[in-house]
Amino acid sequence: MNRFLIPLGIFILLVVFLAIGLNRDPREVPSPLVGKPAPIFDLPQLHSPNLKFSPVEMRGKVWLLNVWASWCVSCRQEQPLLVELAESKLLPIYGLDYKDQRADALKWLRDFGDPYTLSISDSDGRVGIDYGVYGVPETYLIDKAGVIRYKQIGPFTREILDSKILPMVKELQKL
Amino acid sequence: MIPELGHFALILALLVALIQGVLPLIGAARGSLPWIALAKPAARAQFLLIATSFGCLTYAFIANDFSVAFVAEHSNSQLPLAYRIGAVWGGHEGSLLLWMLMLTGWGAAVSLFSCHLPATMTARVLAVLGLVSVGLLLFILFTSNPFERILPGAAEGRDLNPMLQDPGLVVHPPMLYMGYVGFSVAFAFAIAALISGQLDAAWARWSRPWTLAAWVFLTLGIAMGSYWAYYVLGWGGWWFWDPVENASFMPWLVGTALLHSLAVTEKRGCFKNWTVLLAIAAFSLSLLGTFLVRSGVLTSVHAFATDPRRGIFILVLLAIVIGGSLILFAWRAPKVGLGGAFGLISRESLLLMNNVLLVVAAGSVLLGTLYPLLLDAMGLGKLSVGPPYFNTVFVPIMALLLFLMALGPIARWKHASLADMAKRLRVVFVVAVVAAIATPFAMGPWSPGVALGLLMAYWLIASIVANVIDRSRHTDGGLTGQPRSWYAMHLAHLGIAIFVMGVTLVKGYEVEKDVRMEPDDTVAVGGYSFRFVGVSERLGPNYRAQRGEVELSKDGKVLRLLHPEKRTFFSSAMPMTEAAIDTGFLRDVYVSLGEPIDERAWSVRVYYKPFVDWIWSGCVLMAMGGVVALSDRRYRLKQAAKANLAIEGARA
Amino acid sequence: MTNPAKNQVLSASIRVNPRLLLLFVFSAFVSAASLAKEAVPMAADEQVEQRLISISEEMRCLVCQNETLAGSHAELAEDLRREIREQIKQGKTNEDIMSYMVSRYGDFIRYRPPLKATTLLLWFGPGLALLLGIAVLLAYLRRRNARLSDVALTPEEQSKVDLLLQAGIGQNKAQP
Repeated sequence: MNRFLIPLGIFILLVVFLAIGLNRDPREVPSPLVGKPAPIFDLPQLHSPNLKFSPVEMRGKVWLLNVWASWCVSCRQEQPLLVELAESKLLPIYGLDYKDQRADALKWLRDFGDPYTLSISDSDGRVGIDYGVYGVPETYLIDKAGVIRYKQIGPFTREILDSKILPMVKELQKL
Repeated sequence: MIPELGHFALILALLVALIQGVLPLIGAARGSLPWIALAKPAARAQFLLIATSFGCLTYAFIANDFSVAFVAEHSNSQLPLAYRIGAVWGGHEGSLLLWMLMLTGWGAAVSLFSCHLPATMTARVLAVLGLVSVGLLLFILFTSNPFERILPGAAEGRDLNPMLQDPGLVVHPPMLYMGYVGFSVAFAFAIAALISGQLDAAWARWSRPWTLAAWVFLTLGIAMGSYWAYYVLGWGGWWFWDPVENASFMPWLVGTALLHSLAVTEKRGCFKNWTVLLAIAAFSLSLLGTFLVRSGVLTSVHAFATDPRRGIFILVLLAIVIGGSLILFAWRAPKVGLGGAFGLISRESLLLMNNVLLVVAAGSVLLGTLYPLLLDAMGLGKLSVGPPYFNTVFVPIMALLLFLMALGPIARWKHASLADMAKRLRVVFVVAVVAAIATPFAMGPWSPGVALGLLMAYWLIASIVANVIDRSRHTDGGLTGQPRSWYAMHLAHLGIAIFVMGVTLVKGYEVEKDVRMEPDDTVAVGGYSFRFVGVSERLGPNYRAQRGEVELSKDGKVLRLLHPEKRTFFSSAMPMTEAAIDTGFLRDVYVSLGEPIDERAWSVRVYYKPFVDWIWSGCVLMAMGGVVALSDRRYRLKQAAKANLAIEGARA
Repeated sequence: MTNPAKNQVLSASIRVNPRLLLLFVFSAFVSAASLAKEAVPMAADEQVEQRLISISEEMRCLVCQNETLAGSHAELAEDLRREIREQIKQGKTNEDIMSYMVSRYGDFIRYRPPLKATTLLLWFGPGLALLLGIAVLLAYLRRRNARLSDVALTPEEQSKVDLLLQAGIGQNKAQP
């Protein structure tokens, strides 16, 4: 009797996994960079291209690096939230303008709001590749030691902001 | 009005399915003849109702009724008629209705062709089919109703996905579903046998033709899908181990194992439990495939628009149907008798080995397909399992199987001698090795991979030839007097050998060139010369096309003009590449347009693919083998009736 | 498109020797014919391109997740292919390039799952299953034969068998 139950046993196991799988998004690509140092770069700033910016300058601070572009439709969704976050002065937000034209980018910031302390131009997308960017928008939470602590794939929602990011920021700022 | 009629027909079908699923089962258990007799008319009525519903949906498409949400999503008034009809199954809801049509179609067929079966058996088989119908109809009516209206109706439809606007759409899904869903009959027979306790050689004989028929359709359906991908995607690939492809391949593998196992159960009365388990597994894999494709659990190019709610429903359905069958199996299987004895080396044991290999192959494909999901569900990270994995794992198993395929047909039932088989296969082996080493020299650079693949194919072909010669010489019937199932076996096995040759040679010797062409430029590949004449604009029924003209020549002689196209459909911005293929017995020559580089030049890809059509020809041969097996004396109804009479006489 | 040769011929015909004219026209034809040439490969360097294709075929495109990095038309795919091309030219090995991608995008980008603790079951499962299947089969066969034994037929059963066989042979003879 026992060995005839084996097929049933295997099947039940399978159903359990499939049920769990229903709640997962198979398209989401988690970042292997979480817990690793944020890649260093040295890029021109959007507003003042003769000035450069590097993440090294942010050591000792907790900050957000938000990847955005003027051609990105979903970015408009999260922009109001980011502006609000910037006004609360909780932590600085820096923008990485990904594969964009300077004129379009500047116009977009005027139209939809500029929460960024400053924005950096990644016109050929190389820095994006270093950060494992595969879609826009994406946001990285970086701590005082320059280590990436969290990656947000897709636009923010208030829920994610309140439940995940803000608590983490407060924790990291205490250190 | 018509869509409402279609919807109503579905509801009626559900009621009929309930009757069909419950009453005959109770009737068979109690011996109540009127309730047993309900099964056949119920099955036919259900089919008629579903066919009516399907007809209504088809009508809505033909008439461009955009007040039906499904039609508005998947059709367009400029879509050619054939594709408007194909669009009926071009999306989730409609394809489920197609599923139901096939399921009830098979049920109706069983009700028509089962006069030689005991009434209780037929009743149980149809009842099981009825219960499966109930599950699917509930799913359709509650989560996937194709007759939902949108008010006000849309002015114009969103158009059928351009990738689907192809003759392949009209043939591939129906063929595939006929096969996929056809395994429900084998499943129903298995469940009926478990319920009744009548699990014997007679059951296997009844079950076998239905399994064969479903298998033939599935073989053709998969081959058709592969060929479609080949000519529509523009880069000449034909199998990607995509989850949906795997979902149709796994039932095929298990179905093949089932066919062989049924043969043994029929002849020798053994493996009964195993055969029943395989029958349950084959249909379970079909259902699992249905789940995988529609629940959003896996990413796939084929996946329908997904909805977790649907996923949960199918999963519950899966759990009930398969879980219930396996519980029944665990309960009843131990009571089944063992059947005849056979030696460690015998045709029976070789066929069991065939089963082990096919089941392990199917299991490996399942493992690879579901592994990303498994890991993600356990929070262990995310990875991809793609062609490199499947090829590495699948090919060795198949190689072993191919080796055994030469031994099986010459092994004797009950007891075979290894020494005897080795002696008979000595010449075969030598011929195969020599031919396998020699052929690559004729094709181009010698490669061990090609030689190995060819060795498998030649080994099989040579053993078939040897068997045919041997059997013709040593039996009364000679070459033409053998039972049809014997021809069928060799034909199907030959199909596999041809398939392997096609795969091996194309992989080993295909050439691709990606070039920039201006008018009058030429490029040479595989002994053929291509001259780019130019690109012109052409207007299709619902698209605008850039039509390239390429002149194909060989040895200076112009053979024909090829017209690869790049189509931009009015309804979507997605450009579609239509490759131009010159099909030949020994090679395909394939041209596809890339992108325009400037006013004169285009990037063009040309391919030389030797023996690529042998891949699908092999599949067709396999299917033909199945058809020939179906026409065997045993299954012809008149013959069966005569045989029954003779047995009655003996019993008296 | 204007045809300067023709105009020159027209004006030249008034003053120039017909033989020179013929030569001129002839050479114009020749140069037109030699414009039809062997098509130039799209890739600047065939070797590099071949390697690019074989490496990128092992990777998934993250945007169109059902295509390989080799075949996808997505912008990210083109950027990544450009990156791989440069690394090939710099002399990086296939492993270097793969680990570059994996460290940025994770194992998801590889179509060939890496051999790790979490993939042991994946890679060794099929082989183990096969061995297990063969072992179970052999054990089962041995056990089965021990349980069964052939029993001889009784005389009545034998005569029934003969009757059935006769009926079968009769059917055979009826076949054309």
